Amino acid sequence: MAKYLLLKHYRGNPAAVNDVPMDQWTPEEVSAHIKYMNDFAKRLEGTGEYVDGQALSPEGTFVRYDGEGRPPITDGPFAETKDLIAGWMVIDVDSYERAVELAGELSAAPGAGGKPIHEWLELRPFLHAPPTITE
Amino acid sequence: MTPDVDEALLRSLTPTVIGVLVRRGADFAAAEDAVQDALVEAVRVWPDEPPRDPKGWLVTVAWRKFLDAARADTSRRRREDEVEREPAPGPAEATDDTLRLYFLCAHPSLTPASAVALTLRAVGGLTTRQIAQAYLVPEATMAQRISRAKKTVSGVRLNEPGDVGTVLRVLYLVFNEGYSGDVDLAAEAIRLTRQLAAMTPHEEVAGLLVLMLLHNARRPARTRADGSLVPLAEQDRGLWDTAAIAEGVHILQAALARDRLGEFQAQAAIAALHADAQAAAETDWVQIVEWYDELLALNDNPVARLNRAVAVGEADGPRAGLAALAKLDPALPRHTAAAAYLHERAGDPATAARLYAEAARSAPNLAERDHLTRQAARLNATLRA
Repeated sequence: MAKYLLLKHYRGNPAAVNDVPMDQWTPEEVSAHIKYMNDFAKRLEGTGEYVDGQALSPEGTFVRYDGEGRPPITDGPFAETKDLIAGWMVIDVDSYERAVELAGELSAAPGAGGKPIHEWLELRPFLHAPPTITE
Repeated sequence: MTPDVDEALLRSLTPTVIGVLVRRGADFAAAEDAVQDALVEAVRVWPDEPPRDPKGWLVTVAWRKFLDAARADTSRRRREDEVEREPAPGPAEATDDTLRLYFLCAHPSLTPASAVALTLRAVGGLTTRQIAQAYLVPEATMAQRISRAKKTVSGVRLNEPGDVGTVLRVLYLVFNEGYSGDVDLAAEAIRLTRQLAAMTPHEEVAGLLVLMLLHNARRPARTRADGSLVPLAEQDRGLWDTAAIAEGVHILQAALARDRLGEFQAQAAIAALHADAQAAAETDWVQIVEWYDELLALNDNPVARLNRAVAVGEADGPRAGLAALAKLDPALPRHTAAAAYLHERAGDPATAARLYAEAARSAPNLAERDHLTRQAARLNATLRA
């Protein structure tokens, strides 16, 4: 088994095919989308491939150490920052091919007009612990 | 815990048994550990050998667990001797013991998260695993949090008087966490507050209990089958738990009659006015505004002011509500959502739609975000048509 992180972006990913802001959909399309996402997570729990998932608020802050005895510096949010994560899902699957297949399904979630959004999701493999057998 | 064991009974006995052990000379942390071990043993043994005297059984087993642990710990040899010499307890003042345990677990030296965890374990009798699941953190993390909390209060004597206000804040936090996991924290908070109310005549304990009962009574109507939120005005009031409402109103009237108003009683009174309306249109908003004024007189805070502005919008019309809202900091949580609602009622769907979409972006949870997005979508759809 291998764990993968599926990242959904507010921005920083290439534009989706069906790229319409959600508040411009009909309420029924919004509901259908949410149902699709919930069903997807439930189905992965059922297949034993779901690990975790969370949504993130778009508002964040950059923080860094500012030297001994000083409080950390906070800054942002930076409007010019290209990448903004909207949420993630961690899956534990048998192969890279399976991870791609699932990401594709998630990207097919319905959007405006009830048609798939074709949203670009980022798929990142986890770095695992070293295996016991190495030769 | 398995269904073969009366979990409610076990959990209700937990604080009493801890109290007995402490009375016999065990320190709180060790007593709490011993009682948790005894609870685990009860779950294992009781299905086959149900005890005639459950409390006596738990005290005996917990005391034995405590002595075993104390003996195993040679560095505590001296204290163990003290314990062995401890005289048998007199008639147990179980009520006082339990009450003191509430105070200890909500001690001001604890952070809110620690106080909540310790209360749920030592007073509520939940296992660390259950608490961890309820708060969506790893069990090891929760175990550490509880262990550190016990260390923090280890120097506090159990007979020190406490401030009931700190206990109420902890119980309020537990209730507000809701019911996402396997453990129904709202129901647990009600149980613990009810138990507290039976031990102390404090009006604010009654006020918090009523506040919980009335909000919990609306729970079946608060969400649709798909998990989406239903606003108060659109809830099917036939789904509200009328027995819980009747109980809450009864307790509230008795508390208010004693004329020692506090914040929880005022909030409960507002909830009672909502519960009293057969339909949303029958809500007595004028009285609700008056109760918000009482609440602000007790403790002026921006959240209550925001809620008051929305109530003013219902009592005196959306323009008045928007005027009240305009005096508040726009960065307040839910300020934009309230403005969206009032603009729609004032006949400005375009502004309302824009504000709903903006509010969705800063929503504090997914259910609210989805709800606000749907509101924006609904208005935009009518604007397009």
